[in-house]
Amino acid sequence: MSLRIVVTVKYVPDATGDRHFADDLTVDRDDVDGLLSELDEYAVEQALQIAEDADDAEVTVLTIGPEDAKDALRKALSMGADKAVHVEDDDLHGTDAIGTSLVLAKAIEKAGYDLVISGMASTDGTMGVVPALVAERLGVPQVTLLSEVSVEDGTVKGRRDGDAASEQLEASLPAVVSVTDQSGEARYPSFKGIMAAKKKPVESWDLSDLDIEAGEVGLEGAWTKVEAVAERPARTAGTIVKDEGEGGKQLAEYLASQKFI
Amino acid sequence: MAEVLVYVDHVDGAVRKPTLELLTLARRIGEPVAVALGNGAADTAATLAEHGAVKVLTHDASEYAEYLVVPKVDALQAAHEAVSPAAVLVPSSAEGKEIAARLALRIGSGIITDAIDLEAGDEGPVATQSVFAASFTTKSRVSKGTPVITVKPNSAAVEAAQAAGAVEALSVSFSEKATGTKVTGRTPRESTGRPELTEAAIVVSGGRGVNGAENFSIIEALADSLGAAVGASRAAVDAGWYPHTNQVGQTGKSVSPQLYIANGISGAIQHRAGMQTSKTIVAVNKDAEAPIFDLVDYGVVGDLFDVVPQLTDEVKARKG
Repeated sequence: MSLRIVVTVKYVPDATGDRHFADDLTVDRDDVDGLLSELDEYAVEQALQIAEDADDAEVTVLTIGPEDAKDALRKALSMGADKAVHVEDDDLHGTDAIGTSLVLAKAIEKAGYDLVISGMASTDGTMGVVPALVAERLGVPQVTLLSEVSVEDGTVKGRRDGDAASEQLEASLPAVVSVTDQSGEARYPSFKGIMAAKKKPVESWDLSDLDIEAGEVGLEGAWTKVEAVAERPARTAGTIVKDEGEGGKQLAEYLASQKFI
Repeated sequence: MAEVLVYVDHVDGAVRKPTLELLTLARRIGEPVAVALGNGAADTAATLAEHGAVKVLTHDASEYAEYLVVPKVDALQAAHEAVSPAAVLVPSSAEGKEIAARLALRIGSGIITDAIDLEAGDEGPVATQSVFAASFTTKSRVSKGTPVITVKPNSAAVEAAQAAGAVEALSVSFSEKATGTKVTGRTPRESTGRPELTEAAIVVSGGRGVNGAENFSIIEALADSLGAAVGASRAAVDAGWYPHTNQVGQTGKSVSPQLYIANGISGAIQHRAGMQTSKTIVAVNKDAEAPIFDLVDYGVVGDLFDVVPQLTDEVKARKG
């Protein structure tokens, strides 16, 4: 029986570029260069490894986003995912994490799944809560923040490295998994992979395909409101000295002046 | 006065500092009612009372250690039902955020994560966040349900404020889903004797410039002279020179100490995302063009192998 893996990915503004807010205080996703969130590459990689180890598996990559989000899907397809789903709808503009989890859960159910794999957090929102929310909505176990993961005989196992301890986790499928950047280097798409990706199926779904009302998502449907955004004033230029044999002492002098020692 | 639930992060009864910061913040918006779960929960009461908790709701069950996250959500939901608080505050650990988010969804509330400040507002508490590698700050509030907000360490100075801290047993019946993910093994982190990285007042980090695992002893010596935690850049961790648990940056820990000293770290955005809100930033780097120098309050362009030991000696001498 085929192991159906759904990988959720996000198309995010490039962190090295000019990330900023639009007039409605949402993140500007239109006027910026974007890419597949780096942390999601690890999710795609682990999905591919699990699929390779399984007798029969299919990897579907899923994203919610504007038109350009297709680039994130293409990258994942180039790495080796089999097919893609793009959920796109103008009414999704400004959706919060709660709303995102609703759309993902419905899309995952519509796609059909045994295992959902996500990145540990997006590199723009950096919340790290959507996988847990999706698990809550789907009513399946969350096995999140794994640095190691494997699937065998309908069970997913992994290692979660927390602050206080490292834990070995285990759950029966279906389940929602998230993996960290420690889970294994993500492969680069090969030229062959990039060419093959062009022929792989990409389905487009909107809110009506998922039976979601516009009022449940989007900026108006959000359960949190951003009231104000302020650009942080640039730090005033600090003092830079060149070490000519006394650099450590000068630094100590500075720390003393700031009452650190 | 309205009550505010505060989720207690503790290890066998020893309350972690960010929880005490949370109590201080909770007092700005109401009377803190702490929720302590698992082994040692009742032992947290005295400390929590000293920092403002009017009540401490406790519950211990094997489920908290044996299963991931969901039992704690069940308990916090039970507390929410019992108290009907004006807000729920949870420390922003990885687990804390997952617990908070699942609770928020269950009770039909919005969630704000990683607040660095909290103030009372006309329409509910207003949370400040630092976003996009600290290039922007935002102010947000929850617009539906009971605000659920997670707060980062080092967001407030801990204030002593003696309160009743009356211990009450919390009644919890676990949901069907509580046992979904089993914890089949646990290896506690070895204590280094140094402060915890995300909570420390001073962090001393090493990066690619340290050039080897054995050289990190130089960084550790400086850290120890200052009573600081040790951090490492992603480059150093990927090279195997220092453990991942000490990594500072977007995919590691996010820190906001009073003083951050970056040694041999170039200051790429991935690293900056993890430390840019530090109050005072100092760097030592051979390369005068390193981006880290755009962030610093004080910088030394020089070889860290000369500067850092000299600094360490100076610190020790001044401390006597």
